[in-house]
Amino acid sequence: MSVSAAPPPRATRASRGSFFERLSQSRNGLGLLFMLPAAVFLLCFLTYPLGLGAWLGFTDTMIGRPGVFIGLENYEYLFRDRVFWLSVFNTLFYTAIASILKFALGLWLAIILNENLPFKTFFRAVILLPWVVPTVLSALAFWWIYDSQFSIISWVLMQAGLISAPINFLGDPWNARLSVIAANVWRGIPFVAISLLAGLQTIPASLHEAAALDGATSWQRFRRITLPLLTPIIAVVMTFSVLFTFTDFQLIYVLTKGGPVNATHLMATLSFQRGIPGGALGEGAAIAVAMVPFLLAAILFSFFGLQRRKWQQGGSD
Amino acid sequence: MIDRRRFLAGTAGLGLTLPFAARAFAQGAAPTFTPESGASLRLLRWVPFVPAEEEAFLAITQKFTEATGVQVRIDKESWEDVRPKAAVAANVGSGPDMVMSWFDDPQQYPDKLVDVTDLGTSIGAANGGWYPGIESYARRGDSFIALPLCAIGNAVVYRDSHMKAAGFSEFPKDTAGFLELCKGLQAKGTPAGFPHGKAVGDGNNYAHWLLWSHGGRMVDENGAVVINSPETLESVKYAMELYKTFIPGTESWQDVNNNRAFLAGQVSLTANGVSVYYAALKDPAMKEIADDMRSTNLPIGPVGESVELHQTSTISIFRHTQYPEAAKAYLQFIFQPDNMNAWIQGASAYCCQPLKAFESNPVWTSNPIHAAYAKASASLRPNGYAGPLGAASAGVMADYVLVDMYAEAVTGQSSPEDAISNAERRANRYYRV
Repeated sequence: MSVSAAPPPRATRASRGSFFERLSQSRNGLGLLFMLPAAVFLLCFLTYPLGLGAWLGFTDTMIGRPGVFIGLENYEYLFRDRVFWLSVFNTLFYTAIASILKFALGLWLAIILNENLPFKTFFRAVILLPWVVPTVLSALAFWWIYDSQFSIISWVLMQAGLISAPINFLGDPWNARLSVIAANVWRGIPFVAISLLAGLQTIPASLHEAAALDGATSWQRFRRITLPLLTPIIAVVMTFSVLFTFTDFQLIYVLTKGGPVNATHLMATLSFQRGIPGGALGEGAAIAVAMVPFLLAAILFSFFGLQRRKWQQGGSD
Repeated sequence: MIDRRRFLAGTAGLGLTLPFAARAFAQGAAPTFTPESGASLRLLRWVPFVPAEEEAFLAITQKFTEATGVQVRIDKESWEDVRPKAAVAANVGSGPDMVMSWFDDPQQYPDKLVDVTDLGTSIGAANGGWYPGIESYARRGDSFIALPLCAIGNAVVYRDSHMKAAGFSEFPKDTAGFLELCKGLQAKGTPAGFPHGKAVGDGNNYAHWLLWSHGGRMVDENGAVVINSPETLESVKYAMELYKTFIPGTESWQDVNNNRAFLAGQVSLTANGVSVYYAALKDPAMKEIADDMRSTNLPIGPVGESVELHQTSTISIFRHTQYPEAAKAYLQFIFQPDNMNAWIQGASAYCCQPLKAFESNPVWTSNPIHAAYAKASASLRPNGYAGPLGAASAGVMADYVLVDMYAEAVTGQSSPEDAISNAERRANRYYRV
């Protein structure tokens, strides 16, 4: 009787093979593997900068000089800083008014474009132009439109004899706030309109036909059919719209740089002004971090708003 | 054959190319620099306002490349964007090798810059010395962390015929007379206008003149904030009176607005660099304005002397450069008298010399409008006067503390006292270190 010798030491290779084998047959393992690149990407380019920004907010880092941990000192100063609170007010006002206007006008435009108009495709393409034009360019155009001496609006109104002196668009605090909101709305409407138009086209025409046969008015069809079926799209679109508006920078930077006397400073522009040209990276980061709760609230609103929708699980709403 | 890499730029004025060992000294105390093998340089500079200035600068750079073989790439940024770009380059240790920056930028990151004391000392000694105000921007204690490059002179530009129509045969020399002139111009429908908006250059020039001409200071010699003073209050009250005579809308003015308004004939008096004159000169449609245009220095206030901020530019080398010797050779080359004179001439009075030897440059007498810009380097007071230059002084200017103080008061958003208190609180934040 012979005793068979132990197989050559392939145990390591075998176990390694079996590890990959097991991994390839494991749904969870494969899932993790496939998610790894995205996770690494997010960790490197999202979590790390965000974490670094949050950390900087607790330091007195200046440009060219590493800072030391100072706890909540930046936040304590900001809490007592009326320019910061003015920027918070401006940001909320700007976001709220601009978002409401963009939604209302965007929805209106989407409904019009959803009708069987002549040159429908042409209009749908044209409507996207404000969105396609780089923000800085459109901001420069608005800069001229709002110029205190050369505004075309003022010129037309003066020619018509309606006003005697140019409108001080960007020099008066409230005029300036409303002017930058108008520019933002002009630029943001296409995104809302085209997205909602896409949503409108997913609503089966048969529902409208059935309702019309039952004698529903246009308003009733809009209220009972269009709006409920459009809600999930509205939630997504408006979340994005609010986020874009809240973090707007270019428009303000070109038009007013936050003036007059900080009346249009948004948190983003103030953060930049103090952090980069001003050199106070710590304080600038603290202002940026102070934006996070507001952004988080918008995201959570969208998240929970969408979770409620049955359509997400494949059911009808 | 002369080895083009061995470059002796220190032989001031000669521009010769000689074989020489690194860091040897010749002809007095002028150091010499041998560019590293394979060296190439990148300079970040502000977008030129006067094309001939850029042409002259590029010609000097070309000559340097021909003499040394060192290629110099010049990147231009809008002048307001130079500061953040340079700051980021300093912070991350990558990007351009040299930067032509503004005001106290080098003082924000002195540890990131190559010490150029050898250059600063020798160039100053060879050219009659640096003007003290502009020199202070480039110095850190006894060391040079940059080389002063120029002052972009700021001066009052006005329409002569409009001034005369307002009842003034000559431009008032003091602030009281200046206010009367502005009232007269307003009464004739040809008002003045100075920016109260976020105008980095013109806004700060105006605000600092208001403060300093009345004896106010942001900080004292030790860096303690002293903006809340009777002198500041007087300056704010004066600004409020002046503002009443301005064309409406100056609260929103950025740097370009006063040029536009002046060239369009909307305002008859403002303060600006000489570029506004050349903008009028090159457009035949504006010949009347160009012919009628005059320049003068901002009037003297209760403080009794001419004090202005002016825009100041320095040139510095980042420590992250791989080719510090080449960079120093380049700077030395720029400051050779022939080159510097050619550049100042090309700039057509836009750039005022940093060194006293160049004040006899013929550009200052070639056109009467240049005269007001000739002494910019001599009359300038550094930002954050009378305290030390550094991150705090730079931060206060970048955060528009002084500009906002006057804007708050003149627009009636705050009482003069509140506006000053607010400025004091904001300045204290920067000077807390």
